[in-house]
Amino acid sequence: MRWAALAALLVLLALPAVLSSYALSVCILMLFYAYLGQAWNIVGGYAGQLSVGHAAFVGVGGYTAAMLSLQTGLTPWIGMLAGGALAALLGVVIGYLGFRFGLRGFYFVLLTVAFAEVCRIAASNIDAVGGAVGLYITFTGDPRQFQFRDARAYYYIALALMLLATGVAWAIERRRFGVYLAAIREDEGAAEALGVDTLRYKLLAMVVSSFLTGLGGTFYAFYLFSLQPNAVFGIPMSVEIVIRPIVGGSGTLLGPILGSFILTPLSEVSRIYFGQSGLYGAHLVAYGLLLIGVVLFLPEGASPHLARALGGRRGRA
Amino acid sequence: MAVGLTLIFGVMRVVNFAHGDMMVWGMYLAYLLSRRAGLDPYASFVVCAAALFVFGLGVQRGLVQRIVDAPHEMQILLMLGVALVLENTALLAFGPEPERVRSALSSATLWLGPLFVDVGRLVTFGVAVLLTLALSLFLFRTDLGRTIRAAADNTYGALVIGTDVRRVYAVAFGIGAACVGAAGALVSPILPFQPATGLSLSVTSFNIVIIGGMGSLLGAFIGGLLVSVAESLGAVFLAPSLKELVSFSLLILILLFRPAGLFGRRAA
Amino acid sequence: MSLLEARGLSKRFGGLQAVRDLSFVVAEGELLGLIGPNGAGKTTAFNLLSGFLRPDAGAVTFRGRSLVGLKPHAICRLGLARTFQIVRPFPRLSALDNVTVGALARHPRAPEALAHARAVLERVGLAARQDAVAGSLTLAERKRLELARALATDPALLLLDEVMAGLNPTETEAMVQLVGRIHAAGVSILLIEHNMRAVMALSHRIVVLSFGEQIAEGPPAAIANHPKVVEAYLGEEYVGAAPA
Repeated sequence: MRWAALAALLVLLALPAVLSSYALSVCILMLFYAYLGQAWNIVGGYAGQLSVGHAAFVGVGGYTAAMLSLQTGLTPWIGMLAGGALAALLGVVIGYLGFRFGLRGFYFVLLTVAFAEVCRIAASNIDAVGGAVGLYITFTGDPRQFQFRDARAYYYIALALMLLATGVAWAIERRRFGVYLAAIREDEGAAEALGVDTLRYKLLAMVVSSFLTGLGGTFYAFYLFSLQPNAVFGIPMSVEIVIRPIVGGSGTLLGPILGSFILTPLSEVSRIYFGQSGLYGAHLVAYGLLLIGVVLFLPEGASPHLARALGGRRGRA
Repeated sequence: MAVGLTLIFGVMRVVNFAHGDMMVWGMYLAYLLSRRAGLDPYASFVVCAAALFVFGLGVQRGLVQRIVDAPHEMQILLMLGVALVLENTALLAFGPEPERVRSALSSATLWLGPLFVDVGRLVTFGVAVLLTLALSLFLFRTDLGRTIRAAADNTYGALVIGTDVRRVYAVAFGIGAACVGAAGALVSPILPFQPATGLSLSVTSFNIVIIGGMGSLLGAFIGGLLVSVAESLGAVFLAPSLKELVSFSLLILILLFRPAGLFGRRAA
Repeated sequence: MSLLEARGLSKRFGGLQAVRDLSFVVAEGELLGLIGPNGAGKTTAFNLLSGFLRPDAGAVTFRGRSLVGLKPHAICRLGLARTFQIVRPFPRLSALDNVTVGALARHPRAPEALAHARAVLERVGLAARQDAVAGSLTLAERKRLELARALATDPALLLLDEVMAGLNPTETEAMVQLVGRIHAAGVSILLIEHNMRAVMALSHRIVVLSFGEQIAEGPPAAIANHPKVVEAYLGEEYVGAAPA
């Protein structure tokens, strides 16, 4: 398994040398969404607390860094951390409210969606942050301002982010934190009876997840050079985040990565194919169908099946 | 007069993300019927109800039934998938621009005592009340209705006495969908709609159901009144673009403070 | 000093008084049986003791410390562990992982916890099944897993809720032996059981509950013929009938 991972890593590192600029941009998105998916995975997959509102953290992170950069010239390299911190703060609020008030399953999902939508509406209506039009970032190409002329730089940053999130997930998986999260996911009451402070660990997972997602927001803002409330806070963004781990296998290390490797190219293809005829939303229909399909036929996601097929150790649930 | 609208929502028991989107399809159906067949939505709502009943039945039998025993997350994701499909096929089919349906009644107005009332809305409200009454009669007076309530109360017990629980669930789901279809048609002359409306309708219905209590018809009724009052107040005091903010904030508050609802039992 | 002391515990659910003014003591090293007809309030009592329910009135002290208001995980860390009447394994985790969750309570570092978990599985006789997914275990194995998990938290007092329910005679006998061994190793036990033979064999003392109230208390022999106990289980007409 180690060798395979190493080989994959080398391939990923070498890829930019051989890809066209279009393929490169697809790969950047692939890695970026794998990153966001992995960040979500920590609270949604490992801890089993389904959130369909993670776009809120992307937005908060992105807007914070963008505003700081536009208003004070603060370099996004630092702004990123501020964005992540604010996103983590929001995560604590949502998590605390949800978990303390005993919201589980469906109700918690609703809460996360509600918060994301509130953020979206707020951002659309507050002119100071650009209102419905959003924020635009002028291109300067200055690396100190998180801007690069060469798209390959973005690729490597996205790769680094993905590795970061995966590393965090891996570290969590093998320690007490990870075991406790799995217990919470399987049966919270039983976990409590065994000495697991479920509130604390759920909150911790939420903080880590939202912080990482917030970091991603900055990347998003400075890669696309714009932030629009509907795009960055909206449900489609949350769905993009959620669907990769679910298709790939939630609660597994490779799930979000696998999911993104499968879905990003597919979604690009459908965007081109359908987008030409002006058919918006086709890829979301596909996502919906895919979600239904996965739930009905492949609830564990692709990753565990793959692991079994490759004959490795039985995949961790 | 959003009361009529919110009333019908509340009846649905199964936790259902796709709710609002089904309603939007009801609206679009009414639109089509009105455009193509010249049917007034106040008449065509029956057709819409029937169509959505069939759809709901299909969804339940084909999809929901299969994962009845699966962990909750799976059920949530399933309905999310359905919602996505519904909303975006509507988008593909009808485009993103808002629509409204014309009705013979929409421009008629009436003096009702000291109040100047819009006939269209009055009819909507009236039909909504009638439908709710019909539904409660069905649930409380007929055998099938009682069976549905029994199964909802105590699935195991219902199984023991030989109820075909699967059929009951399917019917219940179908009825809920029918209600929503009817609601869509009835409301189409009043509310401009677009595919994205699905979400806010879902939220409104969640608000009502949660506040009124899952599984309680009376609760849904009262919940509907409360929520519509709150939303109307919100619309009065806040800018129109913030109207949705009210619904979502309300949802958050309701979720935090009242998941058991005013009248209902805590949902499983 | 008594290990666990319950004083005047009461709990009502709507119109039903599930537990009324319940008081008893578990001494250090004791094995106390808790019996009573179905619905007597035994599991409610467990829930009150372990923090899953908050008593309407009354006090619970464990080694002198009040437990009322503490969350279940805190109570577990103080040394009071419980099992559930209907077993609740973590279905998708292996038996070993299940027990490790418990072991982590006292052994925060993963390697030690794993080692401890293995040892506990050995003790309950599940070592051979340690890699099996919990959902695939037989009922008897799951009961033992439930026990092992709680045991892995190194409790001073173990609350066992009908660990023998649903087991056939052979399995029951094995479980009785197991509980006996655990007790002999120094863990105090509060045992809810319907299996009279097991309760009589294991308990030092027995407390009898009926309709939420304590109706009798004493050594097994005294309880077996206690008129109120017979009445509660079998009805008035059997009081005074020949002992079984």
